[in-house]
Order: sequence, then structure tokens, then C-alpha cells
Amino acid sequence: MTALLKAGRVSADTFTTVGADDELPAGDIIVSLERWRAEREALQQRPGKLGVRLKSDEPPAMIADDLDILAVVAVEFPVFRDGRGYSHARLLREQYGFRGEVRAVGEVLLEQLHFMVRAGFDAFEIDSDDPERDFAVAAGEFSVWYQPAADERPSALELRLRS
Amino acid sequence: MSSQMIVASRLTDGRVVFMTDGLGWSESIDDGLIVEVADRGAELLEDATRSVDECFVVEPYLIDVAIDQGQRRPVQLREAIRAFGPSIATDRAVEES
Amino acid sequence: MYRYDEFDERLVAERVEQFRRQVGRRLRGELSEDQFKPLRLMNGLYMQLHAYMLRVNVPYGTLSSRQMRAFAQIARKYDRGFGHFTTRQNIQYNWIKLEETPDILAALAEVEVTAIQSSGNCVRNITADQYAGRAKDELADPRVYCELLRQYSFLHPEFSYLPRKFKIAVTGSPHDRAAVALHDIGLRMHLNAAGQPGFEVLVGGGQGRTPFIAHTIRDWLEPADLLSYVEAILRIYNLHGRRDNIHKARIKIIVNQMGIDRYRELVDAEWERIRDSRLKVPQAEIDRIDAYFAPPDYESLPDASVELDALQTNNPQFARWYASNVIEHKVPGYSIVNLSLKPPGRPPGDLDADRMEAVADLADRYSFGEIRVTHRQNLVLTDVRQSDLFEVWEALVRLDLATPNIGKLTDIICCPGLDYCSLANARSIPVAEDLSRHFLDVDKLAVVGDLTLNISGCMNACGHHHVGNIGILGVDKRGQEYFQLTLGGSSDESASLGDRLGRALPQADVPAAIDAIVETYLAVREDGERFLDTYRRVGIDPFKQAVYGHAAVRAVA
Repeated sequence: MTALLKAGRVSADTFTTVGADDELPAGDIIVSLERWRAEREALQQRPGKLGVRLKSDEPPAMIADDLDILAVVAVEFPVFRDGRGYSHARLLREQYGFRGEVRAVGEVLLEQLHFMVRAGFDAFEIDSDDPERDFAVAAGEFSVWYQPAADERPSALELRLRS
Repeated sequence: MSSQMIVASRLTDGRVVFMTDGLGWSESIDDGLIVEVADRGAELLEDATRSVDECFVVEPYLIDVAIDQGQRRPVQLREAIRAFGPSIATDRAVEES
Repeated sequence: MYRYDEFDERLVAERVEQFRRQVGRRLRGELSEDQFKPLRLMNGLYMQLHAYMLRVNVPYGTLSSRQMRAFAQIARKYDRGFGHFTTRQNIQYNWIKLEETPDILAALAEVEVTAIQSSGNCVRNITADQYAGRAKDELADPRVYCELLRQYSFLHPEFSYLPRKFKIAVTGSPHDRAAVALHDIGLRMHLNAAGQPGFEVLVGGGQGRTPFIAHTIRDWLEPADLLSYVEAILRIYNLHGRRDNIHKARIKIIVNQMGIDRYRELVDAEWERIRDSRLKVPQAEIDRIDAYFAPPDYESLPDASVELDALQTNNPQFARWYASNVIEHKVPGYSIVNLSLKPPGRPPGDLDADRMEAVADLADRYSFGEIRVTHRQNLVLTDVRQSDLFEVWEALVRLDLATPNIGKLTDIICCPGLDYCSLANARSIPVAEDLSRHFLDVDKLAVVGDLTLNISGCMNACGHHHVGNIGILGVDKRGQEYFQLTLGGSSDESASLGDRLGRALPQADVPAAIDAIVETYLAVREDGERFLDTYRRVGIDPFKQAVYGHAAVRAVA
């Protein structure tokens, strides 16, 4: 079963991911970058929050100017092996200072959750029969790491210097 | 069409195994089921995917086998090496326990 | 040598536990093979022709005697009693079981060894000059920075799903023994006017189907900026590297496609943003790691050249070995000793468990317990007293590790080839064994002099055939094995890719062809010229004529 996880808990998804030709429903919506570019003005007039879904070849630079009006950026992993989304998430957080929701969508395997958290994702669409337990196990697989990342928790190097 | 057999790698230990009768798998080429007809080979390959789903083997495929005086030998060098081991002496090694 | 602190230990332990869970999920069918494959590759586990193959990291080629003994134990308990040292200074086991791998990794973790990222689309083992910290010609010791990079790249959350594998090599000597120009990132250490170390950074080298020599992306990089600059290079690669074709996915492809200037622009723009971030390396961390590489407790010894000269005069075999296998050490009274894993008629780079333990004992007794692995698939004892050399030589002779062929024609780099590897088109080991038996005469080897011969069993070039002075590539033609020769390759500071000699040869003709090449060289060489120098002077034609005009050579298309 597919679940949306935020802060480790299953969350009702208030956002509808809208297809290219779908009518816009009421409420919060996530649209493709293509649709965002075509209908930006109109979309901004609507009540409800906005999100953009980026494909793996669509880096955040493409929506850099809009980030302050977006509540969600959904970063897609078309296949789990396509690792561009990790860079996209970090750039959203570290280059553009985006404070909204960065959501991992597409082929998101449990094995990747720990890396995704460190890369700055804070929401995850995963397939699991026990999503909260699986998330807790996967995201907590490592209590130490060598390099700084988007999550700002200290690296081993930084911990060593403190002691 | 020459004789064919199905070969795969066992999931747990990676060893080369040959499909036998009744969806069994054996490390010995002598136990492998021989097929002479193309359709039958394709059918067997379908059966083999059940072993994949059951997490017993990975990557099953058909190989050509020559039979000479009852001795089976894969036609392709690569498959012969898989069936009989490396072509070079490994006498510095001890036998697997 | 670096020793793990509590952080290193915990990280490795957690990784082993994670893999144990992943194996369990796979065996229960909760992960498909497709999903599991990248995960097991990131722990160094391949599915090969006969079984799983486990590739274990030897970080920048540095090994303790304790770790070597653990390798021997793994070989005995979990494999068929031997291991194979590779062109990236690693060790491989060929008969591994998936279900035992978590236990193997746990056993390795006990001695501070991992298989983490020895494969997969991530940053692989950092390799270095095998004489780091010891060679007389060294400007700066690369090991501190290798360890820094090793940690930085381990389980990097952003760069574990790169378009393809990523290999980094470091040299601290102007004589490049680490083949840095053939790596995705190559680092050449220099000293500035104030005598402080820094890096020339090269990018986009690599072999395989489309070999390239790396380009210089930056002339001078401060050590404090090493991690941020590497991060910039990796990020641009992660974002722009091709993912549509596995054979076009390395960084060398986009660097050469967009040009080094454009790639540099992109990297520099990104680097400007991050160079003063948390990635800046504090001197305290450099100092902390550096302390592990403090020189051993050398005795104050006089140079023993006079005594050695006498020994050599009285013992020509010792002399032959001393000339080819022993390297000058920066500390007087000491030597660097190469152990040849290329005895005649044996698979190059293989070592059985008994000999592994014997080497560990020699290391403890004569060389402060440290061993190095070279990218030419040999081993090194870095700190042998000159006064012990004769004894060490005798011990090595008894172990069959004293073939006087280091850097010579039979010091063959050879991939596992079709005897082991599922990627191969042809067998490489029998060709190497054939040649090593054909060129038994060690005096002849000495006369021929420095000559690198590298053999690959397929276009992936794990045997580095592109950069051998003589390269041999196994190909499959109509189901038969044939061998394509190249000449003039080099992996050192004058790196070059070999030129194709002509039509591929059947295996039986390869020794005669090499004979023809060697005799041609000997006939035309000028004073002091190595094979490579002569080749670069006279070109390929004399060799072509000699090989294809040779009575014993039957070339095929």
C-alpha cells in the first residue's frame, strides 16, 4: 500500500497530484513543471496551496524564482537508480533555502530513506504494509556519518572536533 | 536444432545449477533435463521463472549442449567454464569445505 | 596506518547490520533481484560465473599484518583457500555465498576492513602510490588525503546513485605509480614555493570501451578545499552524467563531450557556493589523521650499499632480485621490497591463505607489520632494513614470491577473464601463464628491461590493456578466442593509450608475437631506451612487420 510519510508518521495527503490534462480540483494541488510554466499566473490566483513535481532531468534552478510561493516540491525518482533527486533536494535546501516540503516520489525504496532524509527530504511516498515501522527502521539505520549534508546534523568529523 | 538445457545461478550461494525434471535444480550437468525441441525449451524457461519468483535461482537461460558418447558438454566455452569450473589449475587452493 | 575510532567502528557495524537485513529481505523475496543488485554491489558482492565474488577494499593499498591474516582466514573458511589482488589495490574472493556474506563482512569489520562501495555506482576505493610515505622521489605523502576522501565518500547520501562508478587515485610523487591520469578524478600532489602541499586536479580519465586520458581541471588546490572541490565535481557529474546508456555514463564521456573548459565552469560556479561551507577541512582533522601515518620507529642506520654490493657479487640470483624488486627508501639503511605475485605459470595476483600468513609474518618480523598492495597486483614490504635484505630474499624464494620481474615483461597485469568473470569475452589468465612460462629466463628479462604488459579479457579493460607498453585484449570472434595487441600505452606521468598493432591473433600465436616485438625492440633500441622510449621514437611499423611477418604468427580478421 502506498503511504505518505511526514515526520515518520503516515499523513493524509491534502495535495492532489494533477495530470497534464486533468481539470484542476479544489484544494491543494501539485502540478508538473510543464503545467506550472504554462499556467503559473492562473494557478497562483487559486485558493489552496501549490506544489510542483520535478522530473529527474528538471533541476530546482528551473523553479528557483517561485519557491517562496510553493508549499511542496515533489522530486521524482523515475527508477530508484536515478540519483539526481538527491542533488535536487540538497540544492533546494542549501542553495535556495527552501523551507517547504520536499517530497520523494516515484520509485522510493526503504533502502534509500536514510540517504533521502540526509539529502533534505522531509516527506516520502513509499510502498509498505507497515510504513511507520519500516520508516523508523530505515531512517534510523545509521546513527553516524562522515560528511555534512542538508539535514545539518553533525558529521563524525565535526563530532570529533567537539570532543 | 541441438540439444538444450536450462542453467541458472542459485540465489543463496551463486552456484551454477541445471534444471532437472520437475522443476528441480542440480549442480551436475549430468542431471539436467535435455530438450530437443525449441518450443519445449521456451516452455521450460517459463517454468524456470517460477524458481526465480520463489527466490531459488536467478537468471535462468537456455544453453546449447553437445552430447558425445553420453558425455554432456556445453557448446559455448563460457558455458563449459560455468559447468566444469575455471580452465586453469587451482591446485594452490584447498577444496571447499 | 589509520585506526578506527568509535565513529568509524559504529558506522561500519551499522552498515554490516543493514546489509544483513537486506540479505534477509532478498532471501525472503521482499526485494527483487533488480532492487537488491545495487545494494549488494555497494557492498562489493558480484554475481559471477561460478558463485558470488566479494571484492574487499584495501584502502589506498595499505594493509596491516593482522588484516592480511584475516584475509587468509576468510579464504579458508568462506572460499577456496586463495584470493586475488586487483588493479585497484583490492582483494577479491571468487567462491562466496550470499548467505554467508554478512558474517564475512562482520569478520572483516573486526579488523577494520570493509567491502563498502568496492562496487556500485558510487565512489570506489581510493587508490594511491604503493610507496606512499616511503619513496625517495616523493614530494608529499598522499595517505592523509586518501583517508580523508575515503571517509568523505563513504555512504555519501547524495552520491550513492551516480550515473556510473567513480574512481579516484592520488600520487605524491612526480613519478606516477598510481595511474592518476586514467581515473575519474586524479590528484597529483605538489609543493608550492613555501614547501606546502597542494593538488593538481585531473578529471575525466578512464579506460573501458572509450579510454581517455584525464584533463587538468585545476592546477592548484589547497588541502583545506579538497572535499568541497571534489563535491562540486561529483555534483555536476551526478546532475549531468548520461543515464541513457551504461557504456556512456562515466564522467569521461561528458567531460569530453562538453569540453574541459565548460565542465570547469560548471564546477567552479558550484564550488564558489560551497567552498567555505562545512566541507572546509579543518587543520585539526588533517593533523588527527596525519598522526596515524607517523613514520615507524626507524633505527639510525648507515647506508649498506657496500655490503649489498658484495652480496650481489657473490650471489647473482640475489643480485638479479635486488636489481628488479628492491626500491630505494627515503630513510638510509632501509629498502622498499616488492613481492612478486607473478611466478611463472601461475595466475597473476593470486595468493593462497598459507602464503598470505607467511607474508604477514614477514611483515611483522621485517617491516613494522605493514604491507602494501600495488595496482600491478603485487605486494610490498615498505620498510626492510638493508641488513635484512638477504634473509628476506631467501624467505621469499622459499615462498615463490621472489621472481625478479617487477616492472618487467612478466610482471603482467591480468584480469580474471573468462575463467571467472561474467563480463569477459576471452580467457586472460592462460595467456598470462603461457607468456610467463615462455619468458622464464630472468637474465633475458633484465636485458629487456622495463616493460609493462597488460591483459584484459574484454573491453571493460580491468586488466588495463590500454595503458600497457604492450596491451593484449581478448575478443570473441565467431565463438573463438582471439587476442588483439596494442603497443605504446603508459599509465605514468607521460600517460598514453596504446596503438592497435593489427589483426587479432589466436592464443597459440601470442608468445611468438611478443617474441617478435621484444626482438625488434632489442635490435633497434638506442642507449638507455626503455621499450616505451624506443616505441615512441620508431613508431609502430617495425613492430607490425615483425609480428605479422613472423612465420609462427597466423593473423585472423
